[in-house]
Amino acid sequence: MAEKNLDKAIITVVGKDTVGIIAKVCTYLSQISVNVLDISQTIVSGYFNMMMIVDLSGAKKSFAEISDGLDSVGEEIGVAIKCQREEIFEKMHRI
Amino acid sequence: MINIGEVIETNDMIEKENLDVRTITLGISLLDCIDSDLNRLNEKIYHKITTVAKDLVAVGQSIENNYCIPIVNKRISVTPIALVGGAACKCPEDFVTIAQTLDRAAKTVGVNFIGGFSALVAKGMTTADENLIRSIPQALATTEFVCSSVNLGSTRTGINMDAVRLMGEIVKKTAEATKEQDSLGCAKLVVFCNAPDDNPFMAGAFHGVTEADAVINVGVSGPGVVKTALEKVRGQSFEVLCETIKKTAFKVTRVGQLVAKEASKKLGIPFGIIDLSLAPTPAIGDSVADILCEIGLEHAGAPGTTAALALLNDQVKKGGIMASSYVGGLSGAFIPVSEDQGMINAVEDGALTLEKLEAMTCVCSVGLDMIAIPGDTKDTTIAGIIADEMAIGMVNQKTTAVRLIPVIGKGVGETVEFGGLLGYAPIMPVNQFSCDAFVNRKGRIPAPIHSFKN
Repeated sequence: MAEKNLDKAIITVVGKDTVGIIAKVCTYLSQISVNVLDISQTIVSGYFNMMMIVDLSGAKKSFAEISDGLDSVGEEIGVAIKCQREEIFEKMHRI
Repeated sequence: MINIGEVIETNDMIEKENLDVRTITLGISLLDCIDSDLNRLNEKIYHKITTVAKDLVAVGQSIENNYCIPIVNKRISVTPIALVGGAACKCPEDFVTIAQTLDRAAKTVGVNFIGGFSALVAKGMTTADENLIRSIPQALATTEFVCSSVNLGSTRTGINMDAVRLMGEIVKKTAEATKEQDSLGCAKLVVFCNAPDDNPFMAGAFHGVTEADAVINVGVSGPGVVKTALEKVRGQSFEVLCETIKKTAFKVTRVGQLVAKEASKKLGIPFGIIDLSLAPTPAIGDSVADILCEIGLEHAGAPGTTAALALLNDQVKKGGIMASSYVGGLSGAFIPVSEDQGMINAVEDGALTLEKLEAMTCVCSVGLDMIAIPGDTKDTTIAGIIADEMAIGMVNQKTTAVRLIPVIGKGVGETVEFGGLLGYAPIMPVNQFSCDAFVNRKGRIPAPIHSFKN
């Protein structure tokens, strides 16, 4: 039932692995009250891939602002960060 | 819960394989704008379009940002203008003013095409239909965003050969009227047999009279995604091949369905259909011809091409149908020449001819599309090519279309550059034997026997 009130988005981080990527992203998210539900990571053809499932329902900023904010964080650490609403993955991979 | 593999797969499709939503097309009925005064009619049309579609582009962009999926085009289709303008327009020049109004409205709301400068003349032409058709060359030469289409036949009515003959002339005149831009006007003009009322793709989109006041139709794409999926099953059986295409088409279409539903919700306009077409672009890796090569052909046009295309078209539909609640429009693989780098290469290497393209149109949507031919091709020859294509549609109970560009001042061996999504094309040779006596007969070709189903 609690699922219903969640406003889920997927944040992906792709780039060269360095120290502190997760820390920096999480710090930013905590500042704007975005709750992290799940984190997983893998290396694909030498690149660090991280995916976070987050809940935006309590966020202090709009989706567009969060997206822009993550872009800036990404630039700072030299990785590409994307924020997408979860439905695109849900619709594509679940019947 | 979604896993990281699925997320990477989706994002690779978008970033590396050119997955996009090709178009959100907002269909708008202009029937309530009809007026016998031309100025008032133009005002009402402008007002209605700019009111109903005012948020279309912004909503499209917000969906792009939310899902990081490109929505390449935001477009508008309107009720066939021959119906809307009939009461006010007494001559072709009157219809030209409506085309200019549509162009102005398109500019105001920021869409890149507006379709529906159209006439439906499958069985006969009214005076208004004929005036509209005769206004097409000037209408397309004096506007930027307007697209025009004419339905010349259907399985239920047969083929209106008087209109076919007239369109042979009009295509040529449109080419002449836009010869400074390599006859670009003809890229915005298409003729149909069995034209669908809910097609979101240009140049043939119009808002059919069977439709509600406003509706959202979405065209998906994704040739690059299908190609990449097939790279992983090289040499495997037809069963594996077909399953792979189906699964991929399902995924691509689900994205289209999501975007359509979102756009519908945000605009407060009902969702109409998803068009399941595989629509290529000139971008490398976004080609239907490349899929045919991946299936096992050296080039599009080689023996086996028609069979491979039939298979592809059918599997795309089978996969896509379950992914969407309503499917319509053209729904099939598109095989335009100038908009598909693989097709261009096939023509340049001598693998693909106009005749083979005609055969291919029997098994896929839509028809002879974006094909550049010599500028000195006779009107009657163009009409003959159109008649052949209409016959294929009529007999096979499918939509067929012709979008030929006779490039004034250019001949076989030269190329023509349209730019952007319209791409470039080598000029293809046309059969030089005459069909004058056939095309110049008056009247229409009767409906085929299998159309009598009642």
